[in-house]
Amino acid sequence: MPVTLRDLPKEKLLLPGNASCPGCPEALGLKYLGMALGKKVILVVPAGCTSIIQGLMPGGAFIYPTFNVPFASSDAVAAGMSAAKEILGEDAVVVAWGGDGGTADIGFATLSGAAERNDNIIHICVDNEAYMNTGIQRSSLTPYGAWTTTTWRGKRENKKELPLIMLMHKVPYVATASVGYPLDFIAKLRKAASIKGFKFIHLHAPCPVGWRFDPSRTVEVAKLAVETGMWILFEAENGKITISPPSRPYADKSKRKPIEEYIKLQGRFRTLSKDDIKILEKAVDDAWNTILKLAGK
Amino acid sequence: MSEGGVKSKVLPISRPCVGVAGKTGSWRVMRPVYNDSKCIKCRLCWLYCPENAIDLNEEGEPFISIDYDYCKGCGICATVCPKNAITMVPEG
Amino acid sequence: MVVKPLTGNYAAAYAAKLSRVKVVAAYPITPQTTIVEKLAQFIENGEMDAKMIRVESEHSALAAAYGAASGGVRAFTATSSQGLLYMHEMVWWVAGSRIPLVMAIVTRTLGPPWNIWTDHSDIMDQRDSGWLIMMAEHNQEVLDETIKMFKITEDPRVFLPGMVGLDAFILSHTTEPVDIPDQELVDAFLPPRRQPYVFKPGDSLLMGNVPRNLKENMKMREDIHNSLEAAKRVIEEVDEEWGRLTGRRYGGLIECYRCEDASHFIIGMGAWVGDMREAVDSLRTNGVKVGLIKVRYVRPFPREDILKWAVNAKSVIVFDRSVSAGSAGPLFLDVAAHLMAAGIRVPVKNVLAGITGLDVTYEDIIDAVLKSVAEVEETGRFSKFIEWYYGR
Repeated sequence: MPVTLRDLPKEKLLLPGNASCPGCPEALGLKYLGMALGKKVILVVPAGCTSIIQGLMPGGAFIYPTFNVPFASSDAVAAGMSAAKEILGEDAVVVAWGGDGGTADIGFATLSGAAERNDNIIHICVDNEAYMNTGIQRSSLTPYGAWTTTTWRGKRENKKELPLIMLMHKVPYVATASVGYPLDFIAKLRKAASIKGFKFIHLHAPCPVGWRFDPSRTVEVAKLAVETGMWILFEAENGKITISPPSRPYADKSKRKPIEEYIKLQGRFRTLSKDDIKILEKAVDDAWNTILKLAGK
Repeated sequence: MSEGGVKSKVLPISRPCVGVAGKTGSWRVMRPVYNDSKCIKCRLCWLYCPENAIDLNEEGEPFISIDYDYCKGCGICATVCPKNAITMVPEG
Repeated sequence: MVVKPLTGNYAAAYAAKLSRVKVVAAYPITPQTTIVEKLAQFIENGEMDAKMIRVESEHSALAAAYGAASGGVRAFTATSSQGLLYMHEMVWWVAGSRIPLVMAIVTRTLGPPWNIWTDHSDIMDQRDSGWLIMMAEHNQEVLDETIKMFKITEDPRVFLPGMVGLDAFILSHTTEPVDIPDQELVDAFLPPRRQPYVFKPGDSLLMGNVPRNLKENMKMREDIHNSLEAAKRVIEEVDEEWGRLTGRRYGGLIECYRCEDASHFIIGMGAWVGDMREAVDSLRTNGVKVGLIKVRYVRPFPREDILKWAVNAKSVIVFDRSVSAGSAGPLFLDVAAHLMAAGIRVPVKNVLAGITGLDVTYEDIIDAVLKSVAEVEETGRFSKFIEWYYGR
């Protein structure tokens, strides 16, 4: 059932006057989560920007019941919470909302464990491509060549291909999403919530502060990631991959916008050489070839 | 399962409130200005406001209202508006 | 009521089953493994109505149990040694959250080198965290106290998690006859679970976001401390009630063995208390007026109970099966500090023994005590406050 703008609920589960930076993509993501799933959500939040966006006790910026938990623990806590809700017969959607670190690095073991056990939770990786909350340090999800405060000349390693790793866990639902395409994200959230078992959604979240672009361009940068092919929107139900509509044109390499259009908007890529850009272009080609092959195309 | 004795314990518990970080409108350097004559009611500004500071008025005019107490002036609304119905002007 | 030969680990498993635990999440580590295996069996053959989350690490074990407990159901886990240290961050988090939860600790020493034998290093490393910490002497006590711990931790005067310690192999893998109470008795004894807050959909509650006012945060820590103090009363009440229902009373925070007319006191906790009883009997036969203070609960620390006996003592000898390296044994440190704070001047000595699992017999205990008592009887003091004891 396609999601339309008009039908989206107006009730705010993310409250204004919160502690997010202007133009924050995590705030956008939290807003869309509420539009998608409403008050069924119990949010489990490991350390990251979202821990701080909530603001200071005794107040909080979320209508969601929000459970702040240690960095490496999110999916295990969520699995326990989900088990309790099932035992008590309560209709809840338990969502572990982690960033780079809480999902792909310090949180990797708990993520993989919950996926392997097929625990009934949704893990959303809100990927701003660095450890932003602690001041823009490099993570495994930082792309090749990006400046961070621990890679001043640009990261040498490639971005960890987390969506593919999660695909290989053979869980019921894996998807990528972007804050630039909220209707797509919302549809995927609703699909995930309707499935029992472990669901993973990787949300691309361009961060103005860490990527060095004007906060008014968050959505623009998110869209360019998709339009250049650098971020591929897809979903996989029980391993069957579908490329999502916003990404479909870019299966055709000739339709992709030049990577430079994406790169030049971001100060973090200022140190990229022409060779680096070629490396990134090849990475885009490889990523598309891989996903299309896996999709059986 | 019941909850007991809560009042006597000092707990790390919070309840939601608008403006938990204060009147974040004071963070603004640029402010969005809405020109309803150009507005085509596409709702994109409402959809993309990260602060939930834009509200829609389905029934009447103006179609959108911006909560300047909390709008941080990021400018996303102006960027996504297809009709330049929102412009960013310097604050103050 | 039925009496079965049970290992300490099986006793813990039966206790969790009888307490109607609904979620078990645990990661295997020698010598805790048979607790988890038994619970898995109970669940899979339908004897126990619970979910088991077969987590991938100890950190996740406590995290999952904590998630379930915060969601409103009784949860249980168990670990030892390296596993307990791996979940140390979660140990603090659970206590700070004020979520009642029970964990069995099969106390095992820490590496390197790899070593599966008993000492109390792992559990004593948690003593600042805010958990209730109890050390069992025998397998009946393991079963009884685990059930009682659910009641104590879920009491609104407490609302803290609790650990029940049992010595590796000496209790965990040794079979003793254990009275397994009827389910009806336990159902009558344990009220429905209570906790200070619960996560449910639609109930807007945030737990743990940054405090605006650090005074409020410090007050939370003070409240944990005060709740542990309040727990002393609860522990005694629960002990009394369990005693009425089963005939087994344990004395509350401590048990005093032959203290009434003692001149010298030995203090210890855990399985070797059994050996200490033997030692006391033997020493008494030989005219040494020694009494044994069995510390059952090390947190909350049984300050008042120990002071009551120590005030008239000629000496106090504290046996520690772990050490706070660079200072002294942790039980000794607590005893000595509280004696001093109460203005009680009595010679106190720390005997460190059995660390890393080195076996300690009741004859070793007699030997260590005799030498210490002889010195203090003659000189009125201990020339050394600390002794690393390796056996006769």
